[in-house]
Amino acid sequence: MQLLMFYIFGLGAVLSATLMVTNIKPVTAAMNLVLTMFFLAGIYVLLDAHLLAALQIIVYAGAVMVLFLFVILLLNVHEKEGATSRRKVMIQFGSVAIVGSLFITMATLAEIDPSLIKAGDVANPFGTTKAVGRLLFTDFLLPFEVASFLLLAAIVGAVILAKRRIDDSK
Amino acid sequence: MVAELTESIVKILFIFGVNIGFFSPILGWVERKQSALMQDRVGANRADICGFTIIGLFHPIADAIKVLTKEDFIPDGADRLIHTIAPFISLTPAIIAFAVIPFGGQYDLFGHRVNLIIADLDVGLLFIFAFASLASFGAVLGGWASNNNWSFLGGLRASAQMLSYEVVMGLNIIGVIMVYGTLRLSEIGAMQVDFFNWGIFLQPVGFVLFFTCAIAENKRAPFDVAEAESELVAGYFTEYSGMKFVMFWMGEFLEIVTIGGLVTTMFFGAWHLPFVSDLMLLDFFSFAGPNGASILAILVNITTFFAKVIFFIWLQMTIRWTLPRFRYDQVMRLGWKMFLPIVLINIFITGLVLLAK
Repeated sequence: MQLLMFYIFGLGAVLSATLMVTNIKPVTAAMNLVLTMFFLAGIYVLLDAHLLAALQIIVYAGAVMVLFLFVILLLNVHEKEGATSRRKVMIQFGSVAIVGSLFITMATLAEIDPSLIKAGDVANPFGTTKAVGRLLFTDFLLPFEVASFLLLAAIVGAVILAKRRIDDSK
Repeated sequence: MVAELTESIVKILFIFGVNIGFFSPILGWVERKQSALMQDRVGANRADICGFTIIGLFHPIADAIKVLTKEDFIPDGADRLIHTIAPFISLTPAIIAFAVIPFGGQYDLFGHRVNLIIADLDVGLLFIFAFASLASFGAVLGGWASNNNWSFLGGLRASAQMLSYEVVMGLNIIGVIMVYGTLRLSEIGAMQVDFFNWGIFLQPVGFVLFFTCAIAENKRAPFDVAEAESELVAGYFTEYSGMKFVMFWMGEFLEIVTIGGLVTTMFFGAWHLPFVSDLMLLDFFSFAGPNGASILAILVNITTFFAKVIFFIWLQMTIRWTLPRFRYDQVMRLGWKMFLPIVLINIFITGLVLLAK
C-alpha cells in the first residue's frame, strides 16, 4: 500500500514537474508547480513527516505560488513565442542524462558498498511538531536564528527597494 | 480492521451528509431569510408544492433544478481547462477542512474505541490552514481564466486580500497553540472540559481577530471587495453559470460552516457543555447500559457541537447583512496596519503570561 502510494506520488511529481518545464503558458506552468508541491507533500506524509508536509503546502503551494501567480497575472507575462531552439533542447536533454546517470551510479554504489549511504535510524515520532520543534530550538538553534535573520534582511531590503521606486515615480 | 473501516466510513458519510446534504442547500435559504428578516421583507416564499410553501424551504430544491438545467457557459477566449477547474479548486478545500475538526469525544462502543473525528492528525490546525490557503487559487484562477476585466480585477483583489489575512490568521492561532500546547484539534477540544479553560477566556483578543480574519478570508461582506457587485459586476465569478457558479457559492457556504466549527473547537469548548464532562454524561446515561450510554453521550456531543456551529453561522450571516462593504484600501490597512501589530502584541503577552505561570 505504502509502496503503491509512493509510486503514485512519485510519478505525479515527475509528470507535473515535466509539464511545468515544458508548458509555454505561464499560468498553466505555475499550476503544475503547485501540483508538484502537492505530490512532494504526499511523499513527506509517507515518510511520517506530517509537519513538513503541512508546511510545504502552506508555505510553497499556498503562499509562494499565490505570489508567483499574482506576479504573472500583474505583469501579464505572455506566452513565449516560437518553439524552443534545437540547441536548447539538446542542452536540456544532456543535463537530464548527466543527472540521471549520476543518480544511477549512486544507487549502484550504495548497493555495492552499503556503508556509503546509510538510511539513518530515526526515532519513531521524528516528524511530529514536538520533535521538529525540539530539534529546531536545541540542536539547530543557531542555523534557525541565522535563517530568520536572513529573511528579516530580505524583507527590509524589499521594502527599501519598493519604497525607492515609489519615491522616484513621484 | 473491519470495525475501524466501518467507523471511518460512517464518520465520513456523516460529515459529508451534514455539510453537503444539509448545510450547503439550507444555508442558501437561511441567507435569503436572514436578509429578509433584517430588511423587514418576507423573503423567498413562492416555491410551493400543492400550495404548501413550508416557509420557503422548497426553494433549495427549485434552485437545484434550476442550476442543473442551466446552460454551462464558457466565454470566448477563456482558458477552457482552468475555467472549468477553478470552481472545483475553491470547493474542495472547504469540504476537506472538516476532516480534522472533532465533533465529539472518545467513547467505547461495542468493545471498540470510537474517536469522533475523521482524521485525528498531529498537525490538525496546520492542515486546515494548508487547505484554506489553497482556496485562494480558485478565486484567482477563476477570475483570470474568464477573460473578463471585471473578473480579473476580482481575482487579483481576492488573492491579495486572502494572502494578507492569512498572515494575521496564522499568527493568531500561534496564541491558541501556545495556550494549549498542541496542534491536534481533538486535544484542544478535550482540554476545554473545564469551563474556564475555554479559548474565549484564555485568548479573548485571539477570538475577535480570528473571527474577523476568517470572514475576510471567506470574502464575505464587509470584506467582499473581491465580488463587490456595485463595482465589479460579481467579481471573479462574473462569467460563471449553472453548476460551476453554484460550486463557488457552495464553497463559500461550507467555509462558513468550517469557520463555525473551528471557532467552536478553538474558543468555545468544542463539543463540551459548560461544566459537563464526557464522563459525567456517561454517568448520567448509565441507565441505558454501557453501549446505550455511549450512544446517548455521542448524540449529546454532536448536538452540542452543531448547536454551537449553527450559532456561529447565524452570527456570520448577521454580520454579513449588518455592515456595509469596506473600501479596498481600508481592508488592506485593517489587515496589515492594525491586525498585524495587535496579533504580535497578543503573542507577546500570551508568552509573558505563560512564563509567569
